[in-house]
Amino acid sequence: MTIQTSHNPLGPGFDVPGSEMRYREAFNKTLGEELRRDPDVFVMGEDVAGGAGREHLGIIDSWGGAFAATKGLIQEFGKERIRDTPISEAGFVGAAIGAALTGSRPVVDLMYFDFITVAWDQLLSNAAKNRYMFGGQGKIPITLFARSGVAAGYSAQHSQNFYSIVAHIPGLKCVAPSDAYTCRGLLAAAIRDDDPVIICNHKKLINMSSFVPDESFTIELGKGRYLRRGSDVTLVGMSYTSEVCRLAAETLAEHGIDAEVIDMLSLSPVDEDIVLESVAKTNRIVIVDEDTPRCNMATDIAALVADRAFDSLDAPIKRVTGPHTPVPYSKPLEDAFIPSPADVVATTRALLGV
Amino acid sequence: MEITPEKLRWIYSTMYRIRRFEEVLLEQTALGKSMGVAHTSDGEEAGPTGVCAHLTDKDWIGSTHRGHGHCIAKGVDTSGMMAEIFGKYTGLCKGKGGSMHIADFTKGMLGANGIVGAGIPLAVGAALTAKLKGDGTVGVSFFGDGATGEGTIHESMNLASIWKLPVIFVCENNHYAESTPVEYAVSVPDIADRAAAYSMPGVVVDGMDVFAVYDAAGEAVARARAGDGPSFLELKTYRYHGHYHADDPHTYRLPEEEELWKARDPLPNFERRVAEQYLMDDVEMERIRNAIDEEIQAAVKFAEESPLPPLEELYSDVYVNYSNSVLGLR
Ligand SMILES: Cc1ncc(C[n+]2csc(CCOP(=O)(O)OP(=O)(O)O)c2C)c(N)n1
Ligand SMILES: [Mg+2]
Repeated sequence: MTIQTSHNPLGPGFDVPGSEMRYREAFNKTLGEELRRDPDVFVMGEDVAGGAGREHLGIIDSWGGAFAATKGLIQEFGKERIRDTPISEAGFVGAAIGAALTGSRPVVDLMYFDFITVAWDQLLSNAAKNRYMFGGQGKIPITLFARSGVAAGYSAQHSQNFYSIVAHIPGLKCVAPSDAYTCRGLLAAAIRDDDPVIICNHKKLINMSSFVPDESFTIELGKGRYLRRGSDVTLVGMSYTSEVCRLAAETLAEHGIDAEVIDMLSLSPVDEDIVLESVAKTNRIVIVDEDTPRCNMATDIAALVADRAFDSLDAPIKRVTGPHTPVPYSKPLEDAFIPSPADVVATTRALLGV
Repeated sequence: MEITPEKLRWIYSTMYRIRRFEEVLLEQTALGKSMGVAHTSDGEEAGPTGVCAHLTDKDWIGSTHRGHGHCIAKGVDTSGMMAEIFGKYTGLCKGKGGSMHIADFTKGMLGANGIVGAGIPLAVGAALTAKLKGDGTVGVSFFGDGATGEGTIHESMNLASIWKLPVIFVCENNHYAESTPVEYAVSVPDIADRAAAYSMPGVVVDGMDVFAVYDAAGEAVARARAGDGPSFLELKTYRYHGHYHADDPHTYRLPEEEELWKARDPLPNFERRVAEQYLMDDVEMERIRNAIDEEIQAAVKFAEESPLPPLEELYSDVYVNYSNSVLGLR
């Protein structure tokens, strides 16, 4: 089934069998289903099995990936399809692209989003350009997933939110699930899609639980969803900042402000319609992005609104982002880096003058 | 190779300092004192010690995510290191880097690095400066077995070879990259064999024996200082703990294997050898150990009592800040 994302799964009318589960469990369950469904799907990355080649020592499955996304899958699918790699991101991402061009559907665990830079030339020059520059001959059904986001002292080189870099490139898709439910639907959609898709799994989301349908389903790539309907202001979030917006909206309600919350889900392609539809109603917008402030997703969405919805605006477009710095280690500095619900509340109240 | 009594004492102190630092850090991490991930190097002390015994503060080293031993062997202050890992303002990087990003440029320590393979070209660059300035210094790159899967090591070795740079590539083969065993991930039995492809000497060294490391590194450093170009050392070694503070290594390696390596522990190995040859006695070694135990306890106390970084530090050390209309600097 394909689920309409504009439909709030937690609200009335979402009546399918399912259960509460963690984001990471939903990822693991869905990956297993896709491997079962299509024999061309395989997974590779560092430590996706772990302890590789040590069956003679009784070691079959160790880490199952850095966030246990592949835990237990090697027992069912074997080490050909759950393939450990050396630390060679440029090599194995490039090999995944080559495999995708020739009939496979690779899923690659990049571990941390930051490491995308090591494989970047392969993604930029091969994956993104191939279909277009060769006149549409090939397709590149590759899915990359990685942990993203600022949390837990991961510091400058393991915390970045590079989605705007990906969104900048024609030919690459990028999704940022915000809970277990959207993780399940977007992962299945990414694997079945014929273009390269990069999935950002925020560190703060992967242990959170939410309702997930039992039956396999996809969420259409390129569509956002409403997390809350409201009339006074539009709050736009993506990845973990969707949760930040949801929390901020609850506080704003106590101040008599009725906020609408959009969860972007897809960052490339970006759902322009949902943003324009909401702003046409609320006439105000606050965009919340954990990335640094220059050339990020918030800037891009702000430009969209300035260009196509200027006449419906009653107030300036506001962005809440991280500062223009690398991510610091020490907890008080890290806390100050992260856009908080309080920042969103303060910005929104200033915007509405209440 | 000749070792002065003074150097012997330095070697023992350095290995023991690394051991205690890592053990105490793990205890402190379990108490929640560290603010992030810590990769410890106990078991691997002989490598950084035997190599850095030949270096001065003017020589540069590049390091890895598992960098505490490299720092200590290069003379970096343990209080500043502990404070950095505790996220304090008195840390070597003001609490902005953490365990994976400790650096001390005054000691020729170019920084731990969170990106596997990313530190290697930096040591090549230091060697390039040394060659251009003709100042007789060398660059040393420490990296793991896992890092040899990255393109940077191959590119760096070729550069160092064609430019005849004074650089020493030191591969600390601790037999695992996270949970992945080296025999799975590396195409040759000895990584040092790859040195031949870049026309430089490649030597396999017992990385649990500080004298073996000292000798091999001495030759490589002398070769570099003499202008004869790069060398490659592969130190066969073992990390005693998990990949990082919370990793259980028994999901991918057997306790029996750990015991075999621990039987060759570099510290008792050293103690036995110097006692046999009447070079240092038990009383002296105990005095050294006691002093270092106190030093590390003092480092913990210093780190604990130090202040957190002030908020302004979020915005320092970048060339520009921007303002947000509501939130101030952003
Ligand atoms: C480019 C990159 N890929 C992957 C990682 C994740 N990672 C951190 S340490 C590590 C293993 C490194 O193994 P090795 O080089 O042998 O060093 P050791 O940890 O054994 O000291 C991996 C895969 C990383 N930090 N950077
Ligand atoms: Mg290793």
